[in-house]
Formats: sequence, structure tokens, C-alpha cells
Amino acid sequence: MNFINLFKVAMTAIASNAFRSFLSMLGIIIGVAAVIIMMAIGQGSKESIRGEIAKMGTNIITIRPGAERRGGVRLDPSSMQTLKMEDYESILKNKKYVTYVSPEVTASGQCIYGANNTSTTIYGESLDYLSIRLWSLDDGDFFTEEDIKKGAKVCVVGATIVKELFNGSNPIGKNIRFKSIPFKVIGVLRSKGENSWGMDQDNVIVTPYTTVMKRLNAQTYFNTITCSAITEEMTDNAINELTDILRESHNIKDGAEDDFRISSQAEMMDTMSTTMDTITVILVVAAAFSLLVAGIGIMNIMLVSVTERTKEIGLRMSVGARGIDISNQFLIESIMISLTGGLLGIILGWLGTLACHAVGLPAIIPLWSIFVSFAVCTIIGVGFGYFPAKKAASLDPIEAIRYE
Amino acid sequence: MNSEQNKKVVIELQDVRRDFKVGEEVVHALRGISFRIYEGEFVTIMGTSGSGKSTLLNQLGCLDTPTKGEYILDGVPVRTMSKSQRAKLRNRKIGFVFQNYNLLAKTTAVDNVALPLMYNSKYNARQRREAAIEALKAVGLGDRLEHKSNQMSGGQMQRVAIARALVNDPAVILADEATGNLDTRTSFEMLVLFQKLHAEGRTIIFVTHNPEIAKYSSRNIMLRDGKIREDVQNDNIQSAAEALAALPVNQDD
Ligand SMILES: Nc1ncnc2c1ncn2[C@@H]1O[C@H](COP(=O)(O)OP(=O)(O)OP(=O)(O)O)[C@@H](O)[C@H]1O
Ligand SMILES: [Mg+2]
Repeated sequence: MNFINLFKVAMTAIASNAFRSFLSMLGIIIGVAAVIIMMAIGQGSKESIRGEIAKMGTNIITIRPGAERRGGVRLDPSSMQTLKMEDYESILKNKKYVTYVSPEVTASGQCIYGANNTSTTIYGESLDYLSIRLWSLDDGDFFTEEDIKKGAKVCVVGATIVKELFNGSNPIGKNIRFKSIPFKVIGVLRSKGENSWGMDQDNVIVTPYTTVMKRLNAQTYFNTITCSAITEEMTDNAINELTDILRESHNIKDGAEDDFRISSQAEMMDTMSTTMDTITVILVVAAAFSLLVAGIGIMNIMLVSVTERTKEIGLRMSVGARGIDISNQFLIESIMISLTGGLLGIILGWLGTLACHAVGLPAIIPLWSIFVSFAVCTIIGVGFGYFPAKKAASLDPIEAIRYE
Repeated sequence: MNSEQNKKVVIELQDVRRDFKVGEEVVHALRGISFRIYEGEFVTIMGTSGSGKSTLLNQLGCLDTPTKGEYILDGVPVRTMSKSQRAKLRNRKIGFVFQNYNLLAKTTAVDNVALPLMYNSKYNARQRREAAIEALKAVGLGDRLEHKSNQMSGGQMQRVAIARALVNDPAVILADEATGNLDTRTSFEMLVLFQKLHAEGRTIIFVTHNPEIAKYSSRNIMLRDGKIREDVQNDNIQSAAEALAALPVNQDD
């Protein structure tokens, strides 16, 4: 029998059992929709996180004290104090692939202005910090080289601080208190909002690193050193360069472990992408199991269908249908059920993605997921239709036609 | 049989045997059947229940293969053929009429009749329909083309089944108890139809329980215990049309 005839026969069979066919499609519909929505959410989240990280500057390199801790906890406090002023100076002196450098010391606590207070983090940085972070000021000025030398009690504040402490009024020139030390506000940072994992990027105060080291923490080491590579592509060279500078500066012998860690934003981006990919794969695999179950459902219905239509099969054979004609007939039927289910599933998945957007979840349907869905549905149709079709084709015409 | 000898042989059986294994036992359903059937014969096959009539007809219809012996249909030996070759043979050379019609449910007369042609790639959709309509007209159902099988009487369904057996212009029409389910009047209508087909030169083999029917055929083969007991030529073929006319008009039962 040619394909058009097979198609017609399958259509008739599906139509004459419309409700049952729909029920067996339902599994496929839900399975495909689930897979597509999961892929879309995975893809969407990944892209939004990548975008977020890119906004933060893809050429940023962070140096942290202490050796890389693999698995076990190795928190020797002295190893956490390895980043010193000499390191900073050595980097400034020797850098070729690094544009900007900012040592960082931080302190967290309550910040007070008049009757208002809020808990925040104060970042002690160098002049390069805004350039590294790609941040800019909305109002006022950043501190100067002079301020750094003196350890001046001046600061620039983020939008959240302005809102919480000044109720939105102009803070320039006002004095805020952090750990009972007054800081004069000299600038306001441009608002950046929350990042994709919900951290408020505007709840910051930036001040010279010397101020935090001397006046707040009384520490002689840095928490981190933040640098930016000349370009994103030069990040690896910059990391190698920084490693050499620091090993030299720390007198680390060949073969000994670093007592610092250097990581790049690009690396973080890759880690994030890989993590998102893993999560997506897990979600998709879970959804794919529902497709497997749906396939078994189709097989079940096809087996029932073969038994129910034993007499018809016998008749078709007695008027000249070969085994292959019969098995093709049932195969086409199961493929059509699963493909139709797949198509409806794609539509449902698309609607689901729109719904995700409506509630603010980033979701992007990767085009290939549609092709994959179609391919998977065809495979399900053939795979789970094969056994029933084979069973139908192997019936003995005489016995089949006598079947009641 | 002499008068038939210069005619074409449609069916030739040479010592055909068919054994069935039932558990440990072997049932000999056919114990060496040999005969020739010539083009244009109308043969009735009779015999008691279990004598092997259906088994024989399944052999003739290429639905089953002999355990031993040769079957040559229209010059082609069947025994050595593959399953799909036999399917093709059924499709091109045989028209089968079943006792219980075996029509596709919820399907129109035309589509039912066209079914065998679906498995013949030489026919396209239009040709199938034309051939089906022609066959339906030949059995007197030209006005019931689009009726579905469940909208027809037993006699009409049997006519559709006969039309289906005719549609591929077969070398031989095989009927197993084709009138078994019908009342006397309708049975005679069927016989009239078969006689008409016979008159048109078709080869017909008709299995029946009813000894009456032998009078309307050209030859009668009696089976007993899987062997031929009697094979007689009927030189005095009665007209089914006349018998039908002679039936009492009110035949309600
Ligand atoms: N598939 C089978 N398996 C086992 N035995 C069978 C099978 N088909 C037929 N037989 C046996 O072969 C013998 C002939 O059966 P067959 O159906 O040909 O008889 P029949 O003449 O058509 O009878 P009836 O007039 O009742 O239809 C019987 O004894 C039957 O039990
Ligand atoms: Mg029988």
C-alpha cells in the first residue's frame, strides 16, 4: 500500500477512535510541552545570567588570599592575610596585560544619618574601582589620590543608601556615620538595580581603601584585589602575569602552591553557564521521562487497537495485504498519534513559555528544541509502535479472520 | 469431464494433504486431494461438518499451504511461495466470499469493495472507485454505493462481499457458506447472482452444507474425512431464477 493510502487508513482509524487517540496523545502533549518549557527556562535563565555578568564587566579579575581549597576546609587565618600593600605596588609596577587595579577591604555594619539607619557594606577601593566595575556617578565626584593618601573620611553612596538614609533627598555634603565614624558623602552612584540572583547592587558605600584599613578595620592586608584585563581576550595572559607577579612578591618557590587565588569573570560566566546547563539537563531529563511513559501509553493503546481489529487485519490479509502493509498501517497510526501529540505539545509549550514571561521568568525557546521534539516524537511513534505493528503483521490470516 | 478437457485449467491439486498438530495428536484434515477445476466451472463442495471443506477452501484461497502435495493456481505452483507472494496471489487471482460477510465497519459499500485494490499499486484512487462502482452494479447495488455496512441488510452486505470478490477480476471466486446466514429467499437471490457470474464465464467454487444448491452448479464434489468421496458433473443445471420465482411470496419468519 502506498503512503497516501496508509495515511488515509490511519486517519480513519484515529478519527473513529478520536477520544481514545486524544487520551494517548495527551501524554505526548504534556511531555513535549514540559520538555520545551524546561529547555526554554534553562536557556532563558542562562542568557539572562550571562547578560548580567557581561554588564558587570567580562574582563574583571579577582585575586583572593589563601590557597585553593579543594573539597576539604583549610582555613588557616594567616593564609587569609597574604595580600599586602607590597603586592599591590608590585602589580602597579609590573602590569602589562592589566589596565586597572583596586585593592579591596570591606566592612559591614549599620550606617546612620539622623534618625535613619540601614545595614550595608562599605567598600574600600582605589581610584580605578569605577573603571573596573563600569560604574558611573549620577551626582558629585569620586574621591581623589589625595583622599587615598590621607585616608580621608569621604565616600560615594549607592541609590539604596540615598533612599534609606536621605529619603531620596540630595546627600552630597552630608555626613553619615558608619561604626561611629563620620563619612562625608561626595558622590552618588548610578543605580544598577538587582542582579539576576536578587542581590541589591545599590546598597553600597565606596570609600578609599586606606580609610577602611586605617580607620575602620585596623588591618594591613587586603580582602581582595580586583583588576581588569586590557580586553576580555587578554584575561588569561593577565591572570598568568598576575600569578607571576604575586609568586615573585610572595617568594613562592617553584613547585610550591600559590597562597592566593585568581579568578576571572569569564571563568565565572563559564561556571554559571555550565551550572545552568546541568540544571537544564536534569529538568529536561525529568520531563523526558514523562515522554517515555507517554510512549508506553501509545504502545498500550496500539496493542489494544491491534487486538480489537484482529478481524479487520485478517480481512485485509485475505484480500492481499502483506505483513509489511499491515505493520506499516499500524506504524503510521502510532507515528501520527505521537506527531500530532508532539505538535500540540509544542504549541502548549510555546503558550507555557509565554506564561513564564508573563510571571517574569526568563524563558527563550531554543529553535532546535522544536526539531528535537519532532524527532523524539517520530522515534517514539516508531519505537513504541513497532512491537504492536509487528504483532499485527505476524497474525495468521485464517485465525485472524475467525477472531470474534 | 471429457467436454472440459480442452478448456484451461484454473486449479490443479495433486495429492494435497493438510495435517494439524493439536497438542500431541495430529489431525489429518485433508488426506490426499487431487482434482482439476477448469475455467468457467461452477463447483459446489459439500460434506459433513469436519470433513475438511473449509480447510480445502483455505488451501485454494492461498490462505494456507499444504503439508504435502502441490497446488497450482492459474499455472503458478503455490506451495513454495513466500508469504508476501501468496498475499499478492490472493490480491490478483482470488476473490473470497466469507460466510459472515467480513465488511469493514462504518465503511461505505464503495470503500469496502475497493479494499483489495488498495493493495494493488496499479490502481489509483479514481480507478479504484470506478472499478468498485462497476462491481457493485454487477451485483445489483448500483443505488447503494455510499451506504455504510451497518446501514444494510444481510443480503445487501453479502452482495457487497461478492462485489469485493469480483473487483480484482479474479481467476476464481471462492465462497465458504456464502448463503449460510441468509433466509431461503435471499439465499436464492445469491444463487441467481452466482449463476449470472457463472454465465459470464467466471470460475466459482462454492462450499455449502445445503445439498439443494448442488442442483444449480455445474459440478459437485463430496468430501468425507478429508478425502473426495464423489465428484460428479451436473448436466442438468437448474435455474435459480426460476426457483426464486416459484418461492411463496410471503416468506416472513
Ligand atoms: N487450525 C486448526 N487446527 C487444528 N485442527 C483444525 C484446524 N482447522 C481445522 N481443523 C480440523 O480439521 C478438520 C476439518 O475442519 P474444517 O473446518 O475444514 O471442516 P468443515 O468441513 O469446514 O466443517 P464445517 O462444515 O463445520 O465448517 C476438523 O477435524 C477440524 O477440527
Ligand atoms: Mg467450514
